[in-house]
Amino acid sequence: MVLGCLGLVRLPDVYNRLQAATKCVTLGVCSMLIGVIIQKGFSPMSGKALLCIVFILITSPTSAHALARGAYKSKVKLCNGTVCDYYKLDPNQENCNCDEPSA
Amino acid sequence: MFYDILFLFALIASVSMCLYRIGMGPTPPDRGVAIDILGTVMVGFCVLSALKTGNDFYLDVALAWTLISFIGGISLAKFLEGRRYDD
Repeated sequence: MVLGCLGLVRLPDVYNRLQAATKCVTLGVCSMLIGVIIQKGFSPMSGKALLCIVFILITSPTSAHALARGAYKSKVKLCNGTVCDYYKLDPNQENCNCDEPSA
Repeated sequence: MFYDILFLFALIASVSMCLYRIGMGPTPPDRGVAIDILGTVMVGFCVLSALKTGNDFYLDVALAWTLISFIGGISLAKFLEGRRYDD
């Protein structure tokens, strides 16, 4: 989780930051909740923890996806080392040429 | 006891890095991403205090915080996308 937030500080782009932070923080909080379940056994507290895991696993990727789409639609520039921009290419195009640098 | 202090400092480091990105983010989507991550890290704080005090209601707080953070993230994304809130 700390490494995910370090990625939030250090990486050069919005999309890289989203990629680094969302996965690590979701996994960190879910493992803390699994620790609660293991420590408390079969109790109301572990039931709430299980429900919280389910909600985190549903909502966190959804909001990350929506944020990435909103960031793309608001025309944030990609960083200089970006290799390919699949979202800009035509989806009907079979062999997309990724050799040319994206704008 | 030692691991509690370790987890507490890890969470404090995560929150301070999120706050740095909220304050210094060059573009608005950076701030949106950092706010979303901060909501998830605060769930970790709620879990830690629930384990230390043994109270149930901190997990209720964590549950509600997850859903509120989800609504906040979705509305920020719609705002960034340039649409209004009613479509």
